[in-house]
Amino acid sequence: MVEPGRTVSALEADEVADGDVEEPEPAGIPRRRLVFRRFLRNRMALVGLVVIVLLFAIAYLGHYLTPWDYNEQDFTSFLEPPSAEHWFGTTRTGGDVFALTMRGLQKSLVIGLLVGLIATGFATVIGTFAAYYGGAVDRVLMWGVDLLLVLPAFLVIAVLSPTFQGTTWLMFVALLALFSWMVPARAIRAMTFSVKEQPYVQAARFMGVSGPRIVFRHIIPNISSFIIIDATLQVGFAVIAEAGLSYFGFGVQPPDVSLGTLISDGARSAISYPWLFLFAGGALVLFVLAVNFVGDGLRDALDPDAEGGSR
Amino acid sequence: MTEASAEPILQVRDLVKHFPVTQGVVFKRTIGHVRAVDGVSFDLHKGETLGVVGESGCGKSTLAQVLMRLEQPTSGTALFEGEDMFAKKGADLRRLRRDMQIVLQDPYTSLNPRKTVGDIVGEPFEIHPEVAPKGERQRKVQELLDIVGLNPEHVHRYPHQFSGGQRQRIGIARALALKPKVIVCDEPVSALDVSIQAQVMNLLGELQSEFGLSYIFIAHDLGVVRHLSDRVGVMYLGKMVETGTEDQIYEHPQHPYTQALLSSVPVPDPTLRDRREMIRLSGDVPSPANPPSGCRFRTRCWKATDLCAEQQPALEIRREGGQVVGDELSTDGNAHPSACHFAEERPHVVA
Repeated sequence: MVEPGRTVSALEADEVADGDVEEPEPAGIPRRRLVFRRFLRNRMALVGLVVIVLLFAIAYLGHYLTPWDYNEQDFTSFLEPPSAEHWFGTTRTGGDVFALTMRGLQKSLVIGLLVGLIATGFATVIGTFAAYYGGAVDRVLMWGVDLLLVLPAFLVIAVLSPTFQGTTWLMFVALLALFSWMVPARAIRAMTFSVKEQPYVQAARFMGVSGPRIVFRHIIPNISSFIIIDATLQVGFAVIAEAGLSYFGFGVQPPDVSLGTLISDGARSAISYPWLFLFAGGALVLFVLAVNFVGDGLRDALDPDAEGGSR
Repeated sequence: MTEASAEPILQVRDLVKHFPVTQGVVFKRTIGHVRAVDGVSFDLHKGETLGVVGESGCGKSTLAQVLMRLEQPTSGTALFEGEDMFAKKGADLRRLRRDMQIVLQDPYTSLNPRKTVGDIVGEPFEIHPEVAPKGERQRKVQELLDIVGLNPEHVHRYPHQFSGGQRQRIGIARALALKPKVIVCDEPVSALDVSIQAQVMNLLGELQSEFGLSYIFIAHDLGVVRHLSDRVGVMYLGKMVETGTEDQIYEHPQHPYTQALLSSVPVPDPTLRDRREMIRLSGDVPSPANPPSGCRFRTRCWKATDLCAEQQPALEIRREGGQVVGDELSTDGNAHPSACHFAEERPHVVA
């Protein structure tokens, strides 16, 4: 996989290793633009970003492409394989799989990204502050973490979801996020303990930099690799968790659909009627994969030590 | 002393910093104290460099941390320009932090790897925006880079793109940003190659005369300290054992520990090497949690007697048989304080 970006970065690495300080990155470019450039140079990340944008576009604009609506039934075709009439085939009850998949995608994209962002943001703030301040702050926050960890998330969401029935599925996002930040928060706390002992954090304290500022400016950037990877994993987990909950009748309710409900419905007959399962599953895989590529790209772009460019 | 008449910019008296040693998981009991700094006094005058020398673990870095207000002292006072610096809070403390800056030991870890040089050197301005308004920062940072001998074009580079010496220059630029009066140098060159050490030392010297800075220069290497220091204090296990001018310490050392340190400075000339006396200390530095009674150096000292175990020698000008130690050898007065009951000069340890 040799491409222009690759050769440049290899050269850079050599120069740095030789102790030569000349021109690893063109001088005079502010950091934000530099990160942006490095991200764009990463081909897989770019592909991932384009895929996510396309998925969003097709999810929200897809129903303009087909005459069928997700809650409509075609009584002339049941369980038909993909055809010109029904692009992704039809279900047992004559529903158009393409329309259903697009509808499900809408929900799952938003649920995945929102839960990933919220849970990781929460984990980052709680974990870093607990470790940086230590003492009582740490004990209280970790007590909260442990409390949420021992609560059976599935049951709590199951019990609570009827209460939110009919309000908004954003409550569902909040619940999923509420129960998925604790483990990363503990990991981030452990990483913060080692980063906060670094001399550059000490130097900032010597200068009189305030605590929150040290956390956001000095500590979080230095554990951002982990945070980004965690966020991409959370996106995948959220989509799967939503599928699991919806399967048991919580979360997204019929007639509304999500990728999760489509996959769980279709999985039973995946061998005989693969189109029921394959398209929704494929969309999920594509989405999670794209998020991961974007995450990797972001991580490399933000890390000044990484060989920018390609992977 | 060079400027004895002037009012010292920093007066430290009997500074003590003990760290409690605790035991137990739920109920923490204090079972002892690590006496990291145990009664240190010194004066620092404007434009002067005070070298602080001692082995690892003798409390040098804790001294720096206490002076920088990162740790509260257990007891003792320090007057900065006549004001008690440990009593300062809020806006006063911020102003104090402008006037006292630090250069840290390891240039490889003391710069945030995720920030550009511009961000690192410019960070002091963000905490003290009154020094440089937002629009001026970039220019100020470039000025600073120029002052420490770096290319001002390199503001957008990351620390890993620089060599060790250049990184330490960045650290110095950061310390200079707020135009401080005192800079604490915590072993600023000990992580650098010898050839680079000299460059950085020279830079520090030039900056001192250009900006009238006062340095507290902490090091474990007497050779390095000599180059820059006007006065030197030798520390052992949290205490100053000998203080004096550069000449008094290096040419007329009185305390056995100072003599041992000096005799361990490598000499490049092999013929000279044979002619001088080598003092090899045996054993390790005792634990600062449980220091020896009396003189703290007695466990490793070849002169130790029962007196040393019973009586703690004070840091003062020593007399022997009615005569001030150090005075008899020369006329220009080499008498200076040392904390040893049997202080005497031993000229042959120095090459």
